[in-house]
Amino acid sequence: MKIKTRSRLIVFLLSALVWFALTSMKNWQEVFVGLLLSLLVSLIAGQFLITTEKTKHLFLRSLAFAKYLFRFIWEMIKANFHVAYIVLHPNLPIKPGIVKVKTKLTKDSARTVLCNSITLTPGTMTVDINPDKNEIYIHWIDIVTKDYHNIDENTATISAKFEKLLKEVFE
Amino acid sequence: MINEIIGTVLICAGIAFDFFGVLGLVRLPDVYNRLQAATKCVTFGTAGILLGVLIIQGFNAFGIKCIIGIIFIFLTSPVGAHAISRAAHRAGIKLTRESIVDIYAEDKELKESSTN
Repeated sequence: MKIKTRSRLIVFLLSALVWFALTSMKNWQEVFVGLLLSLLVSLIAGQFLITTEKTKHLFLRSLAFAKYLFRFIWEMIKANFHVAYIVLHPNLPIKPGIVKVKTKLTKDSARTVLCNSITLTPGTMTVDINPDKNEIYIHWIDIVTKDYHNIDENTATISAKFEKLLKEVFE
Repeated sequence: MINEIIGTVLICAGIAFDFFGVLGLVRLPDVYNRLQAATKCVTFGTAGILLGVLIIQGFNAFGIKCIIGIIFIFLTSPVGAHAISRAAHRAGIKLTRESIVDIYAEDKELKESSTN
C-alpha cells in the first residue's frame, strides 16, 4: 500500500473514532454524517500524518511512549508547582531570557512533540524553531545555567531528558 | 461515594491551579512570562477539572467527552502559546527589563545584516 493511502486511512479511522465517542452513536443519521465528515477530513488533510515507513516494532514504540508519558506527567506536575511558587512569592523571583538549544530529532512529528513537552515543563516555553540548523529558541523564565550562550549546557538542562525518550518512540 | 470524593478533590485542585495561572497572568511582567503561567497552569488545571468530572461520571457519554477534551487541550495549548509568543516577537514586543539575554533577537539581527 502506498504511504499516502495508508496515512489517509489512519486519519479516517481516527476521526471516525473521535466522532463516535462524541455522539455515542444513537441513530444511523449520526453515523452517516460522521463517516461522511471523516472521509472529507481524510481527503483534505490525511496525507500529513505519516510521511515515512515504520522502522521499529509497534509494541516497543508504544512501550517507549508510555515511559515518555509518565515522565512528562511528572515534569508537568513539577512545572505547575514551580509556577505557583513564582506567582505566590512576594518578590517574583524571575530571571527571564530567550536561549537556544539543539535537537537531534529529524522528523517533524517528533519535533512537534518535543516542543510541546518543552512548553509544558518547568520554566520553559518554545518560541520558534530553525529547521535548517536544528535549533529551538526557548523562553526561559528562570535561567539557571551560568553561561547562557553555551548551547550544549542549555540542551543538557532543558531538552535532553525528553529527547532520549522521544528518539525511542519515533526513530 | 468514594468516586465523588476523589472527583471533588481533583476538581478543587484544578480550580486552584487555574487560579494560580490567572494570578500569574496579572502579576508577571511581560507577554512571554505571562504566557508561561497561562499555558502551564491553565492546561493542567483544566485537565484536572475534566478528570474529576470523568471520575464522578464514569465511562458514559459524559466521561468519554472529558477524555477527548483532555487530549485536545494537551495538543493545542502549547501550540497556541508558541504561535502567540512568536507573533509577539516578530511584531517587535521587547522582553521585560529584568531579562538577561535574548538570543533570538541577536540571531535575527545577524541574519538581516548578512542578507543585506
